[in-house]
Amino acid sequence: MNLTAIAGIVLVVLAAALMLVFSLVKRKVPPVFRDIPAFSRLRRAIGLAVEDGTRLHFSFGHSSLIVPRSASAFAALGMLRKVAEQTSVSDRPPVVTAGDAALTILAQDTLHSAYRSAAAEGLYDPNAARLTGLTPFSYAAGAIPIMRDEDVSANILMGNFGVEVAFLTDTSERETSFTMAATDSLPAQAIIYATAQEPLIGEELYAAGAYVDAGPSHTASLQVQDILRWLIVAAVLSGVMLKLLGF
Amino acid sequence: MKRPIATAIAIAIGLIVLLGYFIPLPILTSVRIELVQWAIILSGVAVLVGVINLFSVHLKKIREKEKGAVYSLFLIAALLLTFILGIILGPDHSTMQLMFESVVIPVEASLMAMLAMTLIYASIRLLRRRSDLMTVVFLITVLLVLLGTAPLPFGPLPIVGDLIRPFIAQVLAAAGARGILLGVALGTLTTGLRIVFGADRPYGGR
Repeated sequence: MNLTAIAGIVLVVLAAALMLVFSLVKRKVPPVFRDIPAFSRLRRAIGLAVEDGTRLHFSFGHSSLIVPRSASAFAALGMLRKVAEQTSVSDRPPVVTAGDAALTILAQDTLHSAYRSAAAEGLYDPNAARLTGLTPFSYAAGAIPIMRDEDVSANILMGNFGVEVAFLTDTSERETSFTMAATDSLPAQAIIYATAQEPLIGEELYAAGAYVDAGPSHTASLQVQDILRWLIVAAVLSGVMLKLLGF
Repeated sequence: MKRPIATAIAIAIGLIVLLGYFIPLPILTSVRIELVQWAIILSGVAVLVGVINLFSVHLKKIREKEKGAVYSLFLIAALLLTFILGIILGPDHSTMQLMFESVVIPVEASLMAMLAMTLIYASIRLLRRRSDLMTVVFLITVLLVLLGTAPLPFGPLPIVGDLIRPFIAQVLAAAGARGILLGVALGTLTTGLRIVFGADRPYGGR
């Protein structure tokens, strides 16, 4: 086993242990997160959609599930689950678009379990989660008519996107819909910063579950990310100091 | 009963694949590779299910005469034609290659060209939508990098082309990108662990 593998396994075991501890230990005071305005505006947009009888549109991008970039899609699925439960009182269930077939199946399954747990299984429509295209641009081209023609009042774009995300944010703006966008791709982050109403940058994508109360494991994972980030900061600063001291 | 079994299988496979990455035991590595190959085969089957989903969504649009049903008709006709020809001729046949090169590539290229216009328009609107310090910094950075990179008729701009643009791209942007990627990596790690340990079950569970 080489040094990189040892460091990797130590990091994974440490993260797993911390997540277990934070998930199981009951805190007297609930954890307080820094304010991210996008999430409070999203809550408002969800409430308005339910009141108006309009739809929410989740766009999951085109990441395949067998690559490391799929984590962004899994984070989005956690968010979909919670939001589908919250909107189960609405006449218009959310619509999901994805550019990967396996991700579409998981989105259908997530919607189904969300409605089952909200005792609203009748709302489930397998066509509410759709594969709109298998290449980035065909995916965007397939998602645009849904954003435009299906009475969508809020778009939540979360997952792995490329530059084609600009078409989605542009359509949302033309339809004067609310847009929250988050991605793990750097070029797409620059684009959503310039074009989306509520862009999330970097790891804020993975914090979404904790901000929409998706469960203690999401809160725990956010706390673990904070601890590991401080450890990395300390390691980087130590490296700089050692370098300056000539080691 | 079905759900706990599915969860147990998912957790066990997740752990085996994870351990296979770190522990160089030949049996663990070969099991990991085998499982990943199964996942690839399942992804292929999922594409077929996804295409059926696409077909049924557009068929419903045509049946119920929804807005844009005519485009759905085109989509279904093209899908069926490509599918049938693909089965009869095979994906490497010259007709299939011609269809790909004369339809898919030009359409994607024209979308790419439209993207450039969309982005210019979005940059103009950005100041109107969010006029804060970071927006101004963002737009000035874009302008400096463009001026430093663009092939100008009178040659590269002095200072901007050989000093400012490389400093922005290689120092400031690289440092920022590494910071963002570290955050993304930590998010990926904790999301992966939630799935592996069954706290999040997007496969018909919780």
